[in-house]
Amino acid sequence: MSGEISLLGSLVIFILAVLVGFEVISKVPATLHTPLMSGANSIHGIVLIGGMIIAAEADDILGYLLAFVAVVFGAMNVVGGFVVTDRMLQMFRKKPTAPKADGKEA
Amino acid sequence: MDQETLSTLFIIIGALAASSFVIGLHFMNSPATARNGNLISAGGMTVAVIATFVYLILRDCHHDSCAVGGLTTEALVIIIAGFMIGGAAGLYLALRVAMTAMPQLVSLFNAVGGGAAAIVAIFDYLKIVGGPDETISTTIFVILGVVIGSITFTGSLIASGKLQGLIRGQPIAVPGGVYTTIALGLVALVSTVLLVLGAGADPVIELSSEVKTVVLFVILGASLTFGVTMVLPIGGADMPVVISLLNSFTGTAAAMSGFVLESPLLIIAGALVGAAGGILTKLMADAMNRSLVNIMVGGFGGGEGTQADPSATGGTVREVGVDDAAIQLAYAESVIIVPGYGLAVAQAQHACRELGDILEERGVKVVYAIHPVAGRMPGHMNVLLAEANVPYPQLKEMEDVNPEFNRCDVALVIGANDVTNPVARTDPASPIYGMPILDVDHAKSIIVIKRSMGRGYAGIDNSLYTDPKTGMLFSDAKAGLEDLMGAVKEL
Repeated sequence: MSGEISLLGSLVIFILAVLVGFEVISKVPATLHTPLMSGANSIHGIVLIGGMIIAAEADDILGYLLAFVAVVFGAMNVVGGFVVTDRMLQMFRKKPTAPKADGKEA
Repeated sequence: MDQETLSTLFIIIGALAASSFVIGLHFMNSPATARNGNLISAGGMTVAVIATFVYLILRDCHHDSCAVGGLTTEALVIIIAGFMIGGAAGLYLALRVAMTAMPQLVSLFNAVGGGAAAIVAIFDYLKIVGGPDETISTTIFVILGVVIGSITFTGSLIASGKLQGLIRGQPIAVPGGVYTTIALGLVALVSTVLLVLGAGADPVIELSSEVKTVVLFVILGASLTFGVTMVLPIGGADMPVVISLLNSFTGTAAAMSGFVLESPLLIIAGALVGAAGGILTKLMADAMNRSLVNIMVGGFGGGEGTQADPSATGGTVREVGVDDAAIQLAYAESVIIVPGYGLAVAQAQHACRELGDILEERGVKVVYAIHPVAGRMPGHMNVLLAEANVPYPQLKEMEDVNPEFNRCDVALVIGANDVTNPVARTDPASPIYGMPILDVDHAKSIIVIKRSMGRGYAGIDNSLYTDPKTGMLFSDAKAGLEDLMGAVKEL
């Protein structure tokens, strides 16, 4: 759909990406495991793009319906995931700040 | 622009976005850079989404008539309205959620991600079935996408419901037990074989498109049910493992959609997440000393709440008063605080940090020892303490803090149980033998704040409580900490 990539090429990309993932993620300290998971979670929201592509292909009611649900789900995953990860990460501070300044979400 | 160039440009932008995910995840390796890392990933995602939109518009029209470039009116409405609705829902939930409720929200986002991946796969199959594109390899990736995506969808919803308390947290027996799960697996497997044999230009079995579609929906139904029966029997305290596993599934499902749509970006992003979830699953299972199979079969954590019998372990329990405990803490040189899930349940993370601050003002060295599975998802306790404004250099991981217990004067255990139980090191007969624990018993003196002698998740007695060095302060975590604060201030 987006260029000519052979099955074999795709498999190679997949395997290398898994290995890169292992390498990068095994260095993340336990302190950050929750934000890591939540951040990774928002990255798989990339299926939003899949939803957009099928929306462009759809030409019947069933297709529209499927595409719509996929786009809603994907957008929720992406937007919610990144925002909540940022909310968590901004709490990790090296030095304590004045208790008043750290109130709830601004 | 000619279509060839357009596709090439689209792939190049995809490669940039994929790189931003790798770099973003890399920056997660330190709390100092993690926030920027997340912003880099989010930036890459924004670019990828906008680029896809532009690409779809600039593309030739594949329909009878198009409203804008390559997009029909319907497609435009679906993409824009869908994004607004989904994005708003995600934003609302993300801004509203309490940090204690983080695991169920991450689970919910995971569910919708898996659901989206399954839908993309279903759509694609309906598109190609009976046509020249229905090759064996595409059929396999479609089915994998449908199976993994839908298991994640229902599985994560159940997990989220359990964490939220909408569904009972204890293991729930599924009618037919393991056999139901096996039967569902078999149905999915046989159907898959049928579709694969029926695919390609010269299929082994001739099937009409209608039959194939029905078979695909049988696979869908079996997978959705499988997700439910897989997670229902799993106990609440095993949730860190389950959430990690489901996260890994969603990543893989997204990668499968990438194979079907021939999008390297989806393949790379999905594979990265699949790997992340895989690593966390292994770490969590190791930290609980349980194999993945053991957790999946379920039925373990039934012991929570049963009363311990101190005489059975041959020791007596020594109670300590608030004033005594306060004196020990205030005149110590170093104190290690060991928070467990009981602290989160009592919403006592703020009280905990305040006590820590008061002690530090008196010149006591305070650190927090955090077990990898403290909380309901990997690393959850760190987030709760960070929310309470504990600086992250004070949050110590198990391997780093364990040697420090030998040198510490007082270990203050709040709402943690099994992860401090010394039998994990000493008693090969114990169900938790071999589980990595915090070496709290090496401290010179130990104070445990606990509501009762109730057992922890593993349902076994904790020999730490009968240790002569241990004083038990029977109280709710929050009330106990507030009493201690008051008593320390008066000294």
